[in-house]
Amino acid sequence: MYKIVRKEVLNPVVKLMDIEAPRVAKSAKPGQFVIIRIYDKGERIPLTIADYDPEKGTVTIVFQEVGKSTKLLGTLNAGDYILDFVGPLGNSMEVPKDAKKILGVGGGVGIPALYPKLKVLHQEGYKVEAILGGRSEEYVIFKKEMEAVCDKVYYATDDGTLGKKGFVTDVLKEVLENDKEIDYIITVGPVIMMKNVCKMTKEYNIPTIVSMNPLMVDGTGMCGACRIEVGGETKFVCMDGPIFDGHLVNFDLAMTRLNMFKQQEKLSLELYEHGGGHHGR
Amino acid sequence: MAVKDRVPMKEQDPKERIKNFNEVALGYTEEEAILEASRCIQCPKPTCVAGCPVHVRIPEFIKAITKREFEEAYKIIKSTNSLPAVCGRVCPQEEQCEKNCVLNKIGKPIAIGRLERFVADYALQNNIEEEVKPEKKNKKVAIIGGGPAGLTCAGDLLKMGYDVTIFEALHALGGVLTYGIPEFRLPKRIVEAEIERLKKLGAKVETNVVVGRTVTIDQLMEEEGFEAVFVGTGAGLPKLMDISGKNLNGVYSANEFLTRINLMKAYKFPEYDTPIAVGKRVAVIGGGNVAMDAARSALRLEGVEEVIVVYRRSKEEMPARLEEIEHAIEEGIKFEFLANPIRINGTEDGWVKSMDVIRMELGEPDSSGRRRPIEIPGSEFTIEVDTVIMALGTSPNNLIPSTTKDIDVQRWGGIIADETGKTSKPGVFAGGDAVTGAATVILAMGAGKQAAKAIDEYLRNKK
Repeated sequence: MYKIVRKEVLNPVVKLMDIEAPRVAKSAKPGQFVIIRIYDKGERIPLTIADYDPEKGTVTIVFQEVGKSTKLLGTLNAGDYILDFVGPLGNSMEVPKDAKKILGVGGGVGIPALYPKLKVLHQEGYKVEAILGGRSEEYVIFKKEMEAVCDKVYYATDDGTLGKKGFVTDVLKEVLENDKEIDYIITVGPVIMMKNVCKMTKEYNIPTIVSMNPLMVDGTGMCGACRIEVGGETKFVCMDGPIFDGHLVNFDLAMTRLNMFKQQEKLSLELYEHGGGHHGR
Repeated sequence: MAVKDRVPMKEQDPKERIKNFNEVALGYTEEEAILEASRCIQCPKPTCVAGCPVHVRIPEFIKAITKREFEEAYKIIKSTNSLPAVCGRVCPQEEQCEKNCVLNKIGKPIAIGRLERFVADYALQNNIEEEVKPEKKNKKVAIIGGGPAGLTCAGDLLKMGYDVTIFEALHALGGVLTYGIPEFRLPKRIVEAEIERLKKLGAKVETNVVVGRTVTIDQLMEEEGFEAVFVGTGAGLPKLMDISGKNLNGVYSANEFLTRINLMKAYKFPEYDTPIAVGKRVAVIGGGNVAMDAARSALRLEGVEEVIVVYRRSKEEMPARLEEIEHAIEEGIKFEFLANPIRINGTEDGWVKSMDVIRMELGEPDSSGRRRPIEIPGSEFTIEVDTVIMALGTSPNNLIPSTTKDIDVQRWGGIIADETGKTSKPGVFAGGDAVTGAATVILAMGAGKQAAKAIDEYLRNKK
């Protein structure tokens, strides 16, 4: 059992939790993820690590409530426990040796997944900037944290309530046109966003890494549910990733594979919500 | 005088059992067990024992059954086999103990597996425990992986008095017994009961620890005081056929398919949250036990009308146990022998629509001793399927070797260990599929047993 020591509501659909998991906190590095299981009939859910504190023994996760499991997780509070918490999984980010100025591009819950990567690069002395996007101002989370580790942060929102009205790629284009020093890009967010970012950075010929978050079961290489195609080769995200060269990833396939259990996920959510606040246990 | 025919074991009717995940084989009654046991002629030099990787004292336990001394029989088995209820169900006895039975000369061999299962189930039902009170040795041993190899190694070391901690990557112990072998062949309550016994013996368990990621072997030895380590991390990553369409929606590795069903209980979705998506027609590629498990599991899922096993050799070359193949046939699984998939075709939105297959014929024997399948040009045909499960074996997971100092691996990636389990790193032992590549539960148990002995010796000699 793993204790929730802190809970924060970041916006109507996104919540943050600090989970007590000393072994994971001690070993975690930027880019890695965890798999959690809330209760005995629960599924295993992969979540990118948003932060970690080896001294306190806690790991921070940020999740968007989309299906039954994440909604159920959202009902839990500080002091409650979740059944399983395993990690850190996947490979950590390699620091780009030749790069000097790094641009992070994040959207939605990809922003907290991007955060530890930019944080470590900032600590290593790189120039770091970021473009963050979301539906509206309240959907752009981790602004304060990001501003603390970036030399400059640009914003883009669909409704224009924060920064430029439009997509992160609209801002990206302007930034790349004006700033020729940027020589490395890290993007984390919805697959469609990462796809569009990579398409653009390829035109500018700037190395770009992405962090993939596919469906998973065990997360240790045993099942192959998380496979994607990179440069025409099949890769297991849990063993070979989750970070890949964004110019080689087949994003369309990644999007299709995310839909594999759409019907079942919908049914599960309907049954859960039909129960009216019932924990579905 | 010995009875010639072996006593049959009752099974669930095939028409009924394909609608549920309950155990197929129902076990012997006391009278049936005694009758079957009475067929044993008690060879003075028993050949059956030599065929058993853990050397169960077979004639002795069978004799105890004939005297209705079931508790005694249990103690005899348990003295060398830590998981009899499991072995009685999933061991390939026909290739081991039963193969060596002298009764083969006049008829069917003694049903050693069934008798072992009877005794183990009797002990579980009647709460018969071993009495083990070893002298505590204040030495910590880490077991990496809670599958058959690790559980066996842990059990033997606990009985010798060592302080044993099992580290398991998943949320439940059991390894392949839990995530791989289906409920209808090995009920999970049996596995859980065996694990409970280990805990009563004093085993400490840490689930959710991926050694190599959460903590390394070097950290366990240098920072956490473990004086020896046993690596029993299993077979590794699933192999997928390198054909077009392999990543379409609806294509599973057998590992994923079985893990969803067995470990995550997707067959009880939506009561359990983990889903499984299958269509009406399912193809399973492969001819081993895992292929049989996947095919028979698929058949039991709601909405599945037909399951076809596609195997590139003929029935004779299938590596699966005969009993599993027969059960699959009884249940209505179709077989497409001498056929090999060449591509999987998808719908516009990325789901499996059909699979193109080519006819094979058998040529000269290859390195495995089996006749090599060769494609017959121009013999392609298409099978309409909407789900494809690949059961083609595994390749090693390099997580432990790549994160541990001084562990040597084979060119193909398996950990190098001698016959006692000793690796190139002092104090680290290994066994089971992580060393041999995918094999059987009992061979992994045999390796775990050997390693326990070697670890004991190592720790005794270490000042």
